[in-house]
Amino acid sequence: MIRVALPQHLRTLASVDGEVSLEVGAPPTVRTVLDALEESYPVLCGTIRNQQTAERRDFIRFFACGMDLSCEPVDDPLPDAVVSGKEPLRVVGAMAGG
Amino acid sequence: MSKVRLLVGTRKGAFVLTADGTRDDWDVRGPFFTGWEIYHLNASPADPDRIYASQTSGWFGQVVQRSDDGGETWEPVGNEFAYDGVAGTHQWYDGTQHPWEFARVWHFEPSHTDPDTVYAGAEDAALFKSTDGGQTWKELAGLRTHTTGENWQPGAGGLCLHTIIVHPENEDRITVAISAAGAFRSDDGGETWQPINKGLRSRELPDEEREVGHCVHRLAMNPSRPDVLFMQKHWHVMRSDDAGDSWQKISGNLPSDFGFPVAVHANEPDTVYVVPIKSDSEHIPPEGKLRVYRSRTGGNEWEALTDGLPQENCYVNILRDAMAVDSLDPCGIYFGTTGGQVYASPDGGDNWTPIVRDLPAVLSVEAQVVP
Repeated sequence: MIRVALPQHLRTLASVDGEVSLEVGAPPTVRTVLDALEESYPVLCGTIRNQQTAERRDFIRFFACGMDLSCEPVDDPLPDAVVSGKEPLRVVGAMAGG
Repeated sequence: MSKVRLLVGTRKGAFVLTADGTRDDWDVRGPFFTGWEIYHLNASPADPDRIYASQTSGWFGQVVQRSDDGGETWEPVGNEFAYDGVAGTHQWYDGTQHPWEFARVWHFEPSHTDPDTVYAGAEDAALFKSTDGGQTWKELAGLRTHTTGENWQPGAGGLCLHTIIVHPENEDRITVAISAAGAFRSDDGGETWQPINKGLRSRELPDEEREVGHCVHRLAMNPSRPDVLFMQKHWHVMRSDDAGDSWQKISGNLPSDFGFPVAVHANEPDTVYVVPIKSDSEHIPPEGKLRVYRSRTGGNEWEALTDGLPQENCYVNILRDAMAVDSLDPCGIYFGTTGGQVYASPDGGDNWTPIVRDLPAVLSVEAQVVP
């Protein structure tokens, strides 16, 4: 299972507490995790990536294992610690504005 | 006795304010969708408990919320606003061409007859329509693809379609306003559009009487007289007696004719309200006095309404969608400020009291009369 940590506003929107766990086909990537996330929680469609282009929204970041994956290719395999469930993929609202 | 319900959108959530017909004591519920910008909430005239809310965020984009019980509970519905075909470009602030990009919904306008039909005015300027209660949205692309579209330029708040007026008896007639493109009308349900800006003059344009490019801030209409439209433009308060085919200036004795909202009395179609703001560069009330101005003659002759409003040290603004009237007799009028106050007058503007004083900055106010 892949663990995903969402920012507070998206947890509220999806009516979840804490992290969500997702079954994702191998090899898990940012794209396939987001596909699974949106399939399980359709209300999140459009809130993390553009619905037409699938591009990450400007003020969203993807962090894992102390690394910023935001600008890495979305089809790259995720770190082993995320794949094994040891670490979550963190979806983060960027520090911007007040 | 009928109840009045105010739907208030703010920078940090939505609020629902209710009172009985006396409009003396108000119940305040909220915030709903805390922390999100709620640009607008609006209820269906055909089913007053059906409410649509535009929930937006610079981080997380657009969410549309729908209530079927008067704002008690909400459910997210469709939020995919895709421009029809190749979106193309419009003019950017620096005069270059810029791709059309959806940012948010500024305004919802439900159909008069069908609770599942609702129009959405978007930034970048486009009109969308849903016929399934907000689950799916289709652009009425004839507006954005009008031959003038590539010349439309955003105002300071963005290239936003902020006003939608659906004719009360002929829903094929739709009038919209866009900052800073102007006013447009369709007579075929939104398929084709024509600019309706004849008579507008804008000093900010090289050709002051250009067909498009005017920064129309708000339009208002009394449903009993749908061909008479009132407009608060960037500068100038205007009136049309022919559904927008031509406009006449009615600023008269206003201390400033810059402002954002305009509203029409529900029972007296020649009674109009505006809130003058000092200037385009100083969005504050003149002299620090918050004054609503009322004309009982359809414009030109205006009186200041001050009873209950702060008359010193007041520097709030009232945004374009933040003034509304109810349909009771006497007519109630309401507005919200960027300082978080929502003021109510149960007597057509003669006397005002704050319902609440410390909400987040108010973006929009709608008033409903409910059984």
